[in-house]
Amino acid sequence: MTRAAARNASALAAGLVFGLGLAISQMVNPRKVLDFLDVAGNWDPSLALVLGGAVGVAMLALRFVLKRKQPLFESEFHLPRTTKVDRRLLAGSAIFGIGWGIGGYCPGPGIAALSAASVEALVFVAGMTLGSFLYQRFAAPRS
Amino acid sequence: MRAGVPGRDNRHTFQGFLHVANFTPMSALIGGALIGISATLLLWLNGRIAGISGIMHGVLQRRGDDAAWRWLFLAGLVAGAGVWLWLAPPAFAPRAGYSLPLVLLAGVLVGFGTAQGGGCTSGHGVCGISRLSVRSIVATLAFLVTGMASVFVVRHLLGVAS
Repeated sequence: MTRAAARNASALAAGLVFGLGLAISQMVNPRKVLDFLDVAGNWDPSLALVLGGAVGVAMLALRFVLKRKQPLFESEFHLPRTTKVDRRLLAGSAIFGIGWGIGGYCPGPGIAALSAASVEALVFVAGMTLGSFLYQRFAAPRS
Repeated sequence: MRAGVPGRDNRHTFQGFLHVANFTPMSALIGGALIGISATLLLWLNGRIAGISGIMHGVLQRRGDDAAWRWLFLAGLVAGAGVWLWLAPPAFAPRAGYSLPLVLLAGVLVGFGTAQGGGCTSGHGVCGISRLSVRSIVATLAFLVTGMASVFVVRHLLGVAS
């Protein structure tokens, strides 16, 4: 198997595990996500444990992974280069949160919910694609 | 049970803050751990951050090998969720009756915001916090706060059953 094929296979495998995790934790159910964000209603803290479980595992494991000189099937780690906390980060994250609270989907669950043939998920992913294009076309910094 | 007509909804009447209901800690922890394992696999094997919004925005812009692994990851994401729904059908019934224009608006805001903010719940929330990135911790706090505010407006001020 070539390295490119190995990379593709591991991307597919990682996607499968991620999707399984989203479904088992019920994060593909927008109501459950909204019930977490609804601190003034019937509050469902489950999402905090999903995030906590994921961070707990990744924090431990990444300590070992990032000590390696390079990934197994790739010549370098593609980590974010910027560390700036700036207006773009805050504005973008704030806008994302508003959309998250309206729909109950963030990108992962929105895409994973396509598996349930949910019309909502289809509309959401179409909207997300449009939003991505709008950003690239009108708001992305010119390089 | 009311059937999704926009308007007042008694399910979301004010209960006082942090009135806990429908908590599923075990499945949340198990699912969360799997997400952490996935993020570890992708970084260890491919050197990539498992940020779904970043992978998705990349799919729309890149070509060739750099697009292929992204498509495969997203295909796996759908298939992985599909496997669980197939094994445990009552796990999740798609929400019906909620306003599709609102879902579309939500999608546009999420697409735009994650592109501008450089990440979402997975990229900033899981991977960034795990690397103790200050940028990601700030981003996560920002979208949690506006997410909670947004739900408060939609459910409690506008009275929409979301």
